Amino acid sequence: MSEPSTPRVELKGISKSFPGVRALDAVDFRVEAGEIHALLGENGAGKSTLIKVMTGALLRDSGTMLLDGTPVELTSPADGPKLGISTVYQEVNLVPTLSVVKNLTLERQPMRHGFISWKRANERARERLARLSLDIDIERPLASYSVAIQQLVAIARALEDDTRLLVLDEPTASLDAREVELLFGILRELKSRGISIIFITHFIDQVYRIADRITVLRNGRLVGTAPTAELPRLKLVSMMVGRELGAMGVRPTTSSVVETGEPILAIEGMGRRRYMGVFDLKLRAGEVVGLAGLLGSGRTETCKLVFGAVHADSGHVRFEGKPISIRSPRQAIRLGLGFCPEDRKAEGLIPELSVRENIILAMQVKRGWWNRVPFEEQERVAGEMIKAMGIVTPDADKPVGQLSGGNQQKVILARWLASKSRILILDEPTRGIDVGAHAEIVALIRRLCGEGMALLVASSEFDEIVAMSDRVEVLRDRHKVGEIAGADITRENIIHTIAAS
Amino acid sequence: MDRAGKLSTAAETKWSVGEVLNRPWFWPFVALGLILIVDGIVSPGFFSIRINQGRLFGSLIDVLYRGTPTILVALGMSVVIGTKGIDLSVGAVVAIVGAVMTNLIHRDFSPVSVLFLTLGAGVLCGLWNGLLVAFLDIQPIIATLILMVAGRGIALLIDEGLIVTFRSDFFSAISTGEFFTVPSRILVCIGSFIILWLFLRRTALGLYIESVGANASAADLAGVNAKLAKIGAYALSGLCSGIAGLLICADIRGSDSNNAGLFMELDAILAVVIGGGSMAGGRFYLGLTVVGVLIIQGLTTSILVSGLPAQFTMIVKGAVVLIVLLLQSSRLRSMVFGAFRGRRG
Repeated sequence: MSEPSTPRVELKGISKSFPGVRALDAVDFRVEAGEIHALLGENGAGKSTLIKVMTGALLRDSGTMLLDGTPVELTSPADGPKLGISTVYQEVNLVPTLSVVKNLTLERQPMRHGFISWKRANERARERLARLSLDIDIERPLASYSVAIQQLVAIARALEDDTRLLVLDEPTASLDAREVELLFGILRELKSRGISIIFITHFIDQVYRIADRITVLRNGRLVGTAPTAELPRLKLVSMMVGRELGAMGVRPTTSSVVETGEPILAIEGMGRRRYMGVFDLKLRAGEVVGLAGLLGSGRTETCKLVFGAVHADSGHVRFEGKPISIRSPRQAIRLGLGFCPEDRKAEGLIPELSVRENIILAMQVKRGWWNRVPFEEQERVAGEMIKAMGIVTPDADKPVGQLSGGNQQKVILARWLASKSRILILDEPTRGIDVGAHAEIVALIRRLCGEGMALLVASSEFDEIVAMSDRVEVLRDRHKVGEIAGADITRENIIHTIAAS
Repeated sequence: MDRAGKLSTAAETKWSVGEVLNRPWFWPFVALGLILIVDGIVSPGFFSIRINQGRLFGSLIDVLYRGTPTILVALGMSVVIGTKGIDLSVGAVVAIVGAVMTNLIHRDFSPVSVLFLTLGAGVLCGLWNGLLVAFLDIQPIIATLILMVAGRGIALLIDEGLIVTFRSDFFSAISTGEFFTVPSRILVCIGSFIILWLFLRRTALGLYIESVGANASAADLAGVNAKLAKIGAYALSGLCSGIAGLLICADIRGSDSNNAGLFMELDAILAVVIGGGSMAGGRFYLGLTVVGVLIIQGLTTSILVSGLPAQFTMIVKGAVVLIVLLLQSSRLRSMVFGAFRGRRG
């Protein structure tokens, strides 16, 4: 189907800059007629920007775009649909409380004598759904249907009679296996009608099941395009994470290799439907366990399940050998767990509160609300932490929202150290932190481990994982796919484990 | 990083003008000061306080005296707003508490048991609101609207639809009497303020309330008990409204369920906002809330003494409130004072 005829879309030398960032750098991209084309890349690769340039949501700085051989110039998001380019963005922009009909006619209502003609609206909605062979009660609110159906309604809304190119941004993110099959069936059906589909996803397995060709972007540059059949998984993963195999991250000789001993925390068969596949995990004192995987592989999900921030629907947990169940963060904290979330601003910091109050918060929670940490002790603990962690702040009473990213991360770490946590879960501890602070935090993690703490560190940077971990749990597509320990922990091995099918 | 270090030494040695302008307490005090100065100009005897028949008299005392019930209600409101909530039911709670108190007095309960049962009724109302918000996850504005609407009905049921009066020397002494020349309700108000402050700041409840109000998901991940914080805040608000209701009821020596505490929630919310509390939650300022009420009360008094026709009261009040709020807007301030601060930096 990909004979050298006129491609459906051809982008040449597309560049796009935002203040301080080169989001796309001379990217070439080509989608044939009637193919399913997977667009892959890690965070900041430029996938979304490329899509937005293609659909008219963003203006490109330079480069040309051909649609079926004709040069086109898209200047607004409304231009895409006019040219037969339909997009379903990641955040489904439907209104869950409205009926399916209303959602399908949100931006264009059929009018009759100045009023909406609901009869014609219903007809149109049924036609649209029929294109996807979807037969549902269109009067019911959208929210009463499963996520999969909602996703299909979103696609039905985007699809027009003259759609030539359908762009799907992570359509399967919250679907279960059966629902993914349903969606894929529909995609194959659309493909057979000659519609080209661009499919953005983090799920490698799905790429190999549905895509004809794959394009990988990294840091705003094109890494390469290849037919799926000619691109082994290993090659694909290396393309995504960068650097050829063999150029491995340097692994410092880790002194503490604790292979024996009773784990503080032993988890068996923990998981949650639609969220994270079942996994086992053991954490021992004085050990750093790394969670490695690509974007969307389930790193954050694993952290949240272990900490009780999201309820697991299966699994057994033993803490120091005793069976327990962790139902809430509060319970986890009482046991001695601490969690530094990936999204510091939304889930970590309490921006209005001072550095001091943010540091003593978990310590206070452990003591109970009635037993307030005396002010002098708060000042002392905060002062010690500011010193020990090298937090740069004019004083302990500064609202924490006004500190820099690295210092904010240190404040959250300090919160758990002050509360004498024994198990620390760190999700992307160095994201959004400048280089200097980055090294400091990595050194700090090693130091805490040396002091007998157990750490679970999730990171998208394989080099960081290699540098820190005593053991690495490898994740792919929201499943644990392997474990690497000791001297075997190399960048190459992690990539091999992710790519193994 | 070094720059931040240097800034700190500057901040420690002396407060720069810019710092002071950004302190939360600065603008409410300026506004109160200005209103009092205007009062002093309009009515020359405004600041004089004399003792008449063993009791302090004067316009300043009058502002405090009249403001007391609103201060109490506003204190509770500020705590609730700190959780990112709102309590619309405070006025209705004032009416319920008045009806309960009148009823108990007519049933010949001892004054002390009337006192405790009455305040208990206020706490109960607050707990109801708290349960709706914390456990049933109803939006605060709706949850408290329920009691706001139903509350006066409950009060009327207790009163059997009548304005019931009573005589009680004990409660008259608390509300309209004096203690060592100071009107006793002012002392009740000061006492309540201190107890509330101790309860919020000497336990961790205040910290919990502010954490939950500022960032609920971060507070949850830090282990903060959000339900406790919310229920505690609404219960305290109920208690504060209870004390206010008791003072009002004892003042008029009867229960007027249709009118007691009517529109009080509006003045209370206004006072919290004038005192620098943000409706987005995250911080509450008990002292500044009192200042907020005094601004509103001082304003009302100055309009009265200035001899402006009564119909202007609301308009002037609205205008002054707008000005105070604009002064507090850091965005507007940075526009006005931007040039000035630019020179500093």
